[in-house]
Amino acid sequence: MISLEINGKKYQVDVDSDVPLLWVIREHLRLTGTKFGCGVGMCGSCTVHIDGKAQRSCITQVGSVQGKKIRTIEGLPEDHPVKKAWIAEQVPQCGYCQPGQIMQAAALLTENPNPTDKQIVEAMSGNLCRCGTYPYIKKAIRRAAKEGKKV
Amino acid sequence: MKTLLSRREFLKTTLAGAGLTIAATMTPFGPRLLSAQEVKKGFFNPSVWIQIRPDNIVTIVVNKSEMGQGVLTSLPMISADELEADWKQVRFEEAPGGQRYIDPNWGMQLTGGSTSVRHMFEPLRKASAAAREMLRVAASQTWGVPVNECDASKNTVRHTKSNKSLTYGQLCETASQLPVPQNPPLKDESQFKLIGTSVPRLDVPDKVSGKAIFGIDSFAPDMLYASIARPPALGAKVLSYDKDAAEKIPGVQKVASIDDGIAVCATAPDLAWKGRDALKAKWGKGSHPELNNETLEKTFLDHLKKEGAIALNRGNAENALTRAAKKIEATYILPYLAHVTMEPMNCTAHVSENRCDIWVPTQNQSGALEVAQKLTGLKPEQIHIHTTYLGGGFGRRGFVDYVGEALQISKAAGKPVKLIWTREEDIQSDFYRPGYSCRMEGGIDDKGRMTAWSHKIVVQSIFENFAPQMVKNGIDPAAVDGIEDMDYEIPNLHVEYVKLELPIRVGFWRSVGNTQNAFVKETFVDELAFAAQKDPLEFRLNHLKNPSARRVLQVAAEKAGWAKPLRKGASRGIAYHFSFGTQVAQVADISVDKKDGTIRVDRVVCAVSCGTMVNPNIIVAQMRGAIIMGLSAAMKERIDFANGGVQTANFYDYNELRMNEAPEVEVHLVKSKDKIGGIGEPGLPPIAPAVANALFKAAGVRLRTLPMLPETVLKAMKKVS
Repeated sequence: MISLEINGKKYQVDVDSDVPLLWVIREHLRLTGTKFGCGVGMCGSCTVHIDGKAQRSCITQVGSVQGKKIRTIEGLPEDHPVKKAWIAEQVPQCGYCQPGQIMQAAALLTENPNPTDKQIVEAMSGNLCRCGTYPYIKKAIRRAAKEGKKV
Repeated sequence: MKTLLSRREFLKTTLAGAGLTIAATMTPFGPRLLSAQEVKKGFFNPSVWIQIRPDNIVTIVVNKSEMGQGVLTSLPMISADELEADWKQVRFEEAPGGQRYIDPNWGMQLTGGSTSVRHMFEPLRKASAAAREMLRVAASQTWGVPVNECDASKNTVRHTKSNKSLTYGQLCETASQLPVPQNPPLKDESQFKLIGTSVPRLDVPDKVSGKAIFGIDSFAPDMLYASIARPPALGAKVLSYDKDAAEKIPGVQKVASIDDGIAVCATAPDLAWKGRDALKAKWGKGSHPELNNETLEKTFLDHLKKEGAIALNRGNAENALTRAAKKIEATYILPYLAHVTMEPMNCTAHVSENRCDIWVPTQNQSGALEVAQKLTGLKPEQIHIHTTYLGGGFGRRGFVDYVGEALQISKAAGKPVKLIWTREEDIQSDFYRPGYSCRMEGGIDDKGRMTAWSHKIVVQSIFENFAPQMVKNGIDPAAVDGIEDMDYEIPNLHVEYVKLELPIRVGFWRSVGNTQNAFVKETFVDELAFAAQKDPLEFRLNHLKNPSARRVLQVAAEKAGWAKPLRKGASRGIAYHFSFGTQVAQVADISVDKKDGTIRVDRVVCAVSCGTMVNPNIIVAQMRGAIIMGLSAAMKERIDFANGGVQTANFYDYNELRMNEAPEVEVHLVKSKDKIGGIGEPGLPPIAPAVANALFKAAGVRLRTLPMLPETVLKAMKKVS
């Protein structure tokens, strides 16, 4: 049995400890906002927060995150500045990579509430978007940073 | 007909008579509008559904798949505007798969070719206008006043003189008893309230919260996960595999041989993968073991020597070329590309004795239905296709190979299965943008006008497998798209197509033949402009009569500061292309690192003309996205072949543009009275040639191949210096 804490809720899952966290989140617990994209940690669609840091759940073994706080897109409040900025800037097109983008951006702003454009690009370049929404993502992060400061 | 119509709760209630429902079917004389009662009789295949319920909610059924292009917003906007609906009361409903939701122009339920708004604009407006008129008549009869005193606006009909009003919800039952007018008056474009405004997309909130359900997010009770061991080489047959070893993996419940490989079903996706690996399947050499990058290049070049089918022969290009003041020749060779939608191919299927359910992110419900009928032997009304959100389409999801696989596996397992392709399978089993070669000859006269253009294209045929009826006189329309119909005025134009036969699957890749053809056409035009010692913008304008073509070039050039000097080390290129009914021009500002050959695209300015604009923000987003995808293809992407199969596997060797290389993109919308044009694809073709033309300005090199990798650029620069 693996014990997990996801979005403040405790779960017991009967899986081997080497199973990718992604599949446990998505297929066992049905928190399907976290997406499968490549399985090798190179596209960022599966990004979740582990103890506040953006991590690729497709290359994270579930056994390694016991006792840690996991947060998925579903656990990021709807009024979070990043989610609000994503709607205001109308970022998504197909939308598939966006939960990963949002989680990556939210972790960036937690670490660095006022990132420069260069820092935004550095933090976000591990997240692929085939629809090409990068200019919108950049703008949304700038907006979220601004809104975050007001709070 | 009850079973046919009971596909979804929504439709059940629709036809149970609650509220007003309008459908439309396309006839040779235009859309024919139908009431729910007529649809029940089942003589027609309507493709538009609008329903107004007593609770005053208007539902627009969208028969097109949402893959990012915004149809779930733009199509309801068209309808709501004509209906005079209150946008806040409008809901969308993704249509299930089936004959009732076919595209009126195609007779198929298919999303592609940048046609959704173009094909649905008229039928949606007519059906919505009919509903509006019926609601007005219902109000006038209720009040006993002339109908022309009853105004419809914001889900309400008002009697202007008495100030009485009734909501659409209150009127819908009465209205549903009235005959459906066949020629309701349509609003004048100047009266549009929603069309032309950038209302927020209806799908965005769910895509931000994480609640949006994509194909991969489908679940069926007692479902298994499937994975497929596939041959590494094209056409390879399985020699042996260890079924027992796979079945020993805990959780593995079924191993089955299917058309495309060996499928393993298990209780979790990782266990299905483990089972697949345990098979240790051994494969034969395949049908073309010698096929690799080098042999492919040779094949493409050899085929240029062959005679092809003539797509167009205007004037006499051969003669005109011999008489030309200057003549230029060029040979291009372009790679195969993968779609790489962020959501890998997947399908959840449940085949049982009397019923089949398919949950699938597809652009082609009709194709899915066809393959399901074939594989299950069930009748269309027993097959239920549930379209989910598509995590990208770009043409890949017009093919239904993965649907067939899921159906075969479900049949074999006797249970619902969710088939999820790995990224490696997704890249290695694509229907690729075909590799391409061409030879071009162009001539200019002493006044600097293009007098002749001869163009031979070598490429595999996409349509011969997808829709063979589209291939006429040996010409695949995708192969010559954008060349035979180019709008430069050239008196002598010869376009020839040599069909290449290879076992590599090819398909529609965002903007299809226009991607390759715009690249070679627009870089070659540029080359001719320089040969004629003309400015590339002026040269293009000199050969263009179409006012929208001229306008987009002028706007893009002006906004980019074409005539103004650039900062030191930067250079600028321009390109123009017409595709899918839309004119697009782009100017790219780049800088080249002369030491290592790296191109940096700093800024792109785009001008687009597409006639009526439904949602300007969506148009801008489609342009930006297409430019970035096109740039990714131009700068980074290629599929490598080795040992008779695809070698490229995942994002570590299929490189895509990331945020650190994405330029700022400025989009300008150019108004015109032209027929409505497509928007999903036409933004893509001009970017590659715009960058390549800027590279020529910067470094004096004309690249004859893609992608523009630093080493390729460096090699070309060394050659000219």
